[in-house]
Amino acid sequence: MSDVLILGEVKEGSLDMRTLELLGAGKKLAGDLGVDLSVVLMGDSISGAAGEAASYGPDRVYKLEHPLLKGFKADLWLKSLEQACKEINPKIFLMSHSFIGMELGPRLACRLNTRLTTDCIDLSIDPEDGLLLRTKPVSGGNAISVFKCPGEPQLATVRGKVFEPVEAVEGKGEIVDIVPEIDESMVKVESLEIVKEEVIALDKADVVVAGGSGLGEEDGFEILQGLSRALSKSFGSVMIGCSRVAVDKGWISSDHQVGLTGSMISPDIYVAVGISGAIQHLVGMIHSKKIIAINTDPNCNMFKVADYGVVEDYEKVIPVLIEKLEEL
Amino acid sequence: MKEIRIIICAKEIPDPEAPLSDVSVDAERMEVIVDAPQVISPFDENALEAALRIKEDTEARITVLSLGKKVSDTVLRKSLAAGADELILLQDDAFEKLDSHSIASALADAIRKIGEYDLILTGRQAGDWDSGQVGMILGEILGLPCINLAREIKVEDGNVLVKKNIPGGYEQVRARMPALVTVSNEVGELRYISRTKMLKMLRGAASIPSWRGEDFVSGREELQKMGIVELSSPPDMRRDCEFLDGATPDEKAEKLAAVFKALR
Repeated sequence: MSDVLILGEVKEGSLDMRTLELLGAGKKLAGDLGVDLSVVLMGDSISGAAGEAASYGPDRVYKLEHPLLKGFKADLWLKSLEQACKEINPKIFLMSHSFIGMELGPRLACRLNTRLTTDCIDLSIDPEDGLLLRTKPVSGGNAISVFKCPGEPQLATVRGKVFEPVEAVEGKGEIVDIVPEIDESMVKVESLEIVKEEVIALDKADVVVAGGSGLGEEDGFEILQGLSRALSKSFGSVMIGCSRVAVDKGWISSDHQVGLTGSMISPDIYVAVGISGAIQHLVGMIHSKKIIAINTDPNCNMFKVADYGVVEDYEKVIPVLIEKLEEL
Repeated sequence: MKEIRIIICAKEIPDPEAPLSDVSVDAERMEVIVDAPQVISPFDENALEAALRIKEDTEARITVLSLGKKVSDTVLRKSLAAGADELILLQDDAFEKLDSHSIASALADAIRKIGEYDLILTGRQAGDWDSGQVGMILGEILGLPCINLAREIKVEDGNVLVKKNIPGGYEQVRARMPALVTVSNEVGELRYISRTKMLKMLRGAASIPSWRGEDFVSGREELQKMGIVELSSPPDMRRDCEFLDGATPDEKAEKLAAVFKALR
């Protein structure tokens, strides 16, 4: 076999959107190479998801079902995936740049003695040698690099919301069972507890009011909360965002973090308060429809990407702004 | 109780928070040119902070390793000023632009040479190439339990207890040491270092050990470069910013309110 293989991820019994995007990316590559496209799925009860995956037209869906694969246990998932790759022997293997892909990708690359490129935004085949060209933003987003690496399978993790999701087609792929050779003794990292937190879905916000180190102190977010409340009267869903530095300082939890290692969002309005605009932050909000920046430093990056700028101490301007908004 | 030996892998990079105007792309040489001071990669600083917190509760010895073609001890001495016990520089021309696997493999050799260790911490990814692979591969090469994206790390009775990030919350996990953990920024920023401490460390006579490849790398011929075939500038992100001027903050706030009104 010389398939293009993708790792599907199952959320609440069905394929997540990232998997459909991977299928889109994989389909194009398989077409260019003239090889088959396959999906591998793992879990404790994935018959429904396997049937769903088959309906998107891959040639095969490899199903690795095992009671121990319930939930993401990296050691067991890795072992199963290693086994599957050795049996399937794919030419290219793509994973989502999700927390699963981020962990399994490098470890799998090491075990299969191949090379991985993470967080790819484009993939194509070099017509000269048939190798995978892996395009990835580097230096926080300051540059775009194309990599080509030796070793098979050619491994990449793929950024979300970049590739078009595949559409369902007629004709179904074949479902192939692979029995994972795993047992409890392979677990080196023991899961004690999973704690769900109330997490804000920043990508669902119409307006995001975000703060950074320029707030000077944790209390600054209270002022932003005030602005958020005032804006929510006119703008629907308004949420609080932040830069990485604000999380590092312990001012706010990381589910509010916007940027390369946080949420990548494109709200109607992004209000950046006291955020200088490190590239790693900008890549997470640059596609916002309108960007408004408040900062004391007129030369900061954020003003270079903003539509509207106010050079002022936020503590002086926001309370007045809230009053004026109340009058709207 | 026996002393816990912690190894931190820290990378020196040009300040990733540099203003956009100080960054350019040399497509010909396939290099990102950053006209900014060198710093310790931010997530590696988070890893050091995690180690320092462990040291507050437990007897621990922290060794910082930094690998590169050329590593500046003035940048890395910050780790000693912050409270690390030992710094070892791993420098060799052969370490330029290595791929993640080769970096991990060289670090594994250095760690084997050090010999005794309980916990290896790395940042979740480096701020220059954003690859996010070295930590996990290093753990694999050394055959250790691997834990990705930690937000809190504790040690207890020969185990490492980690809160690791997962979508929608965190997972409390436990592994027998020695173990490898990659650290995310939720751990918190590196503690404040007083100017006096910093200066003392910079002027300190303590010589920093520096190992060359031949001192510790087992398979030098196996080291591979990252296969960059093209490097380009990203699409231009700049917009024309309309500055809302005013003599007083109130005037500016009024103009801003008008902008929101128009956007409604």
